[in-house]
Amino acid sequence: MSAADTTTPAKVPPPRQAPPPAVPKAPRRRRTSGGGAVPWALLAPCLLILALVMGYPLVRLVTLSFQKFGQSQLWGFQPAESVGFDNFGEVLGDSEFWTVVVRTIVFAVGSVVFTMVIGMLIALLLQRVSGWVKTLINIALVASWGMPIIVATTVFKWLFDSDYGVFNALLSKLPGVDMIGHNWFASGPQGLAVIMLLVVWGAVPFVVITLSAGLTQVPSELEEAARLDGAGAWGVFRYVTLPFLKPIVVMLTTLSVIWDMGVFPQVFVMRGGHPEAEFQLLTTYSYDRAFVVNDYAQGSAIALLTVLLLLGVVAVYMRQMLQIGEVE
Amino acid sequence: MSTLATAGRRRGKSKLGWNLLGLLVFVTAGFPVYWMLNTAFKPAKDAIDPDPSLLPTGLTLDNFRRALDIADFWGPVGRSLIVSLSVVVIGVVVGMLAALAISRFAFRGRKIVIVGILAVQMIPLVAMIIPVFLLLNDLNQYDKLTGLIITYLTFILPFTVWTLRGFIVNIPKELEEAAMVDGCSRTGAFIRVVFPLLAPGMVATSVYAFIQAWNEYIYALMLMSQEHQTATVWLGNFTTKHGTEYAPMMAGATMMAVPIVVLFLIVQRKMAAGLTAGAVKG
Repeated sequence: MSAADTTTPAKVPPPRQAPPPAVPKAPRRRRTSGGGAVPWALLAPCLLILALVMGYPLVRLVTLSFQKFGQSQLWGFQPAESVGFDNFGEVLGDSEFWTVVVRTIVFAVGSVVFTMVIGMLIALLLQRVSGWVKTLINIALVASWGMPIIVATTVFKWLFDSDYGVFNALLSKLPGVDMIGHNWFASGPQGLAVIMLLVVWGAVPFVVITLSAGLTQVPSELEEAARLDGAGAWGVFRYVTLPFLKPIVVMLTTLSVIWDMGVFPQVFVMRGGHPEAEFQLLTTYSYDRAFVVNDYAQGSAIALLTVLLLLGVVAVYMRQMLQIGEVE
Repeated sequence: MSTLATAGRRRGKSKLGWNLLGLLVFVTAGFPVYWMLNTAFKPAKDAIDPDPSLLPTGLTLDNFRRALDIADFWGPVGRSLIVSLSVVVIGVVVGMLAALAISRFAFRGRKIVIVGILAVQMIPLVAMIIPVFLLLNDLNQYDKLTGLIITYLTFILPFTVWTLRGFIVNIPKELEEAAMVDGCSRTGAFIRVVFPLLAPGMVATSVYAFIQAWNEYIYALMLMSQEHQTATVWLGNFTTKHGTEYAPMMAGATMMAVPIVVLFLIVQRKMAAGLTAGAVKG
């Protein structure tokens, strides 16, 4: 540990606090009983960095949302003055904000449900197909999983191009359908459906691979026993498989909610950096307020409200994580 | 005998249905990737066809040449490399120390630390853009690679801590204890016994962290000016007011995606194992 102590402070960017105190060679009795100072010394660099890059901005986010902060405050022409709850009052009093909230929730719930259901179906399917099909599916999944979001977004933009997009061409091959020239982004709901497809396509692989790993842990004797007792495929899944996977499903769902509530580059890039009003989600809306309207304070207030909205979900996840922490 | 044969045949038959379904999943999931490659290597004039051919119409590298012409490619790639590698080195070293602390020591406040580190991961990056932008502005780090490196640690550090913890937890404590009984110090036991076993996990975590840093878009877009853009932002150069050059853009996308996907393919199995072990086993 002492060797580690001498190397870490160098890795810490601007040492805003004193470097971790020198650690006395703590007496070691048992493995996990390690004396008080050692673990803290090990943690110090990590906590220092997080305090700087996360803690400070987080505090700033809160204070900012209670101030008046625009261009002139940014350049220092005027001091930022406190305005109490004015920003929140304005945001919450704006009907557009509530439209965006509802749209964001619908978008996130839709994405999460599709991701989880499709992911579960594919994971179950993988157990039933031949080895070579499994390999093919895994290759496709890993390729789409590993694709940078920005690349995936760009590709989907191309797939759904109104004039030369292959999706319209394929649809038009169906008898009686002529979709050539159809602009999917002319309407908010249709455009957001395309973006949801992109989000789901990118998120399913992680769910499939995690669930597949979980499925291998389900004791086959239990499933066999249920089958002998007369349970159908659905019964076995509902009463044996699913309860076993529950912790993984909860974790995946929570993570998906967090990720899908935070969708930003997909909308931003699809709409060429200027999402129209009917494409705004909470993230782009906050961005818009801050950097397009140049009202950093209102942008922060919206961001803070988004974080608060997520806290409910996070609470559930945290409880599960805590249980894991206790098991150790 | 005959019943066995029919059972076998029936099983073969039922597999056929599942396999067909599986192939459908393969085609659907893989199509966007296929279409990117197909467009990238097509002659540009074949790309703009309202009724595009699903099969490759010819093989050309012109789109790649054009992609490199449209905007400087190696500058952004170099910057992305510098940022990602720095983030990985700092993230893995600092993350490993923290992971050791929470997986091998019982101490007061351990739970709070775990929850704190996890909670950080829960805050959407986008929500933090504004204060991070102001922070870097104040520190005179706006539009600087160091500023970007510092901000990337917000999401890389919690990730490395949590995954490395998963890998460390999988290494039996008894191995270290045995080494200590044989006369190793605790540090010695770690370096000689745990570290070699942890190495594959560290490599996987590093690669994975590298990919995450490489793929980041929002901060790179917001915190860097046009002339200091990184690789992900570079891909935006193909869309101008006059429209989008799709064929070169798909070539650009291919250049960005292929190395990352290959890296990903190499480590994903290991990562999935580590992530699930960490989450399920504790």
